[in-house]
Amino acid sequence: MPRRDTISGLLWSAPWLIGFVAFLLVPLSMSVYYSFTDYPLLKPPVWVGLDNYTGLLSDTRFWLVVRNTAIYSIIAIPVCTLAALAVAAMLATPGLRGRAFWTAAVFLPTLVPMMATAMVWLWLYNARYGLINNLLGVVRITGPNWLEDVAWAIPAIVLTSVWGIGQMIVVYVAAINEVPGQLYEAAMLDGMGPVRRFIHVTLPMISPAILFNVITLTIGSMQVFVMPYVLFRNERGQRAAGDFYNLMLYDNAFVYQKFGVASAMAWMQLLIVLALTGVMLLASKRLVHYRGS
Amino acid sequence: MSESNTNLRGSAKILLYAGLALCAVFFLFPLVWMVATSLKPEAQAASASLSLLPDPPSILPGQARENYTAVWTDPSITFPLYLRNTLIVAVLAVVGMTISSAVAAYGLSRIQWPGRSAVFGTILITMMVPFPVLMVPLYIVFRELGWIGSLKPLWVPAWFGGAFNIFLLRQFFMGIPKELDEAARLDGCSHWGIFWRVIVPLSKPALAVVALFHFIYVWNDFLAPLVFITHRDQFTLALGLQMYQAKAGLTPWNLLMAASTLVVLPVLVLFLFTQQAFVRGIATEGVKG
Repeated sequence: MPRRDTISGLLWSAPWLIGFVAFLLVPLSMSVYYSFTDYPLLKPPVWVGLDNYTGLLSDTRFWLVVRNTAIYSIIAIPVCTLAALAVAAMLATPGLRGRAFWTAAVFLPTLVPMMATAMVWLWLYNARYGLINNLLGVVRITGPNWLEDVAWAIPAIVLTSVWGIGQMIVVYVAAINEVPGQLYEAAMLDGMGPVRRFIHVTLPMISPAILFNVITLTIGSMQVFVMPYVLFRNERGQRAAGDFYNLMLYDNAFVYQKFGVASAMAWMQLLIVLALTGVMLLASKRLVHYRGS
Repeated sequence: MSESNTNLRGSAKILLYAGLALCAVFFLFPLVWMVATSLKPEAQAASASLSLLPDPPSILPGQARENYTAVWTDPSITFPLYLRNTLIVAVLAVVGMTISSAVAAYGLSRIQWPGRSAVFGTILITMMVPFPVLMVPLYIVFRELGWIGSLKPLWVPAWFGGAFNIFLLRQFFMGIPKELDEAARLDGCSHWGIFWRVIVPLSKPALAVVALFHFIYVWNDFLAPLVFITHRDQFTLALGLQMYQAKAGLTPWNLLMAASTLVVLPVLVLFLFTQQAFVRGIATEGVKG
């Protein structure tokens, strides 16, 4: 009987297992090898040892994209998290009227295709006729040239990320709704106001959801692609102020046909993602409160 | 009703609704502005005007027809063809993703076997591998398979399940009482019979969520088509929209916004009909995850 169960278990998992090997394990292993080769795609790969890695470390564009991606992530992760928590706290208010409408409003942008989102923001940020500068004009402020001004490039992308926090908000609202009511009653008896109740009761109780969202957000921020691709790219290439890690990876692979260099970048990214996730999971052992543990 | 009165006093209530109204404006107005721009003549779109309607408003129906016809019949960017491609990919990918994820989730929830938790753990870990890490070697795999130059890279992998969807369905299947399996087995059902006669009928809401999520995913995806689709006549809508913006000579803003609206509209209509399922699905992901 157990033997038959093992066979059925394997058979039922087979579709995923085959896909896992064909579309993840094999490609990932191949790219380890490619990362140590010179591989212009149309010719077979040639072993070059660590050249791709050392070449990247002495490439100014590499350090530029690392810096931009890091700055963007360091700003976007806390800003998006705080904004999502604030909106979720409002949406989770007991007895709120029009809850379905407010929820739909914040969630809607997350469904808009990234490409269309990028087009809309390209238009809103337009220096001459964009809505943002038109609105600033009403109060007699001359808005900056959002997409040309180096200082505004990263903030401009952060704002578009805040526009897409709807999923996080929904996760937070669901988590807040699961917090047992007695905890709030006890806190109220202790004389805590709504803000202190949120900090001392809600936040610890929803910390698993915060951990989940922060990890997702971190991995997502490091992969930022479509928005800078549309906002900061023209026929001459990517503009430095809006240049990010995966844009350089994409250029190396599909513009310059340097598959070896692109594979090295991919592996460095994967290791950073795994390391950051590991660090966050470890740190969370102290900070995250799991009910019943 | 009385609950809200005990929790919030008048001024706090005003603050709460003002805050929510501000949020609604921030999240919705860009889309409203997109549609408004798409209904204006070119000169009025590119102006300092803050009006939502064209001037005079009576030209709206005619202008709308003119703008959207111009986008739809553009000779160099063939949106009808891109819509067809996107729908082909979406249908094939959604059907494959839903069936294969459900099958894998069944094996990981209704059958007891030694390797089960190891496989499930691996599935969870794969969720952390970003697509850009895989796109370079995947391109080479797809090229070896002869799929570059076809739509296959965009839908065939979906037939092997998706980590997140398997996770979601497994959680749902775990909640179905085991006694139902036993009863079906006594009636002579195999695993295949139990799957189709017990699990699938009871899991329709969860399966619908997976199908919906994957439809949205395929419809919205840009990077995979950008990398794997090489022929112009196989472009998807997201790629087409980008081409439309980048094509030689500046695309007028009113037409670009009309094209964007066309790409967004189907998703928004779908959302209006399925809002509850969406919100429930997302909430499960984070709270139980």
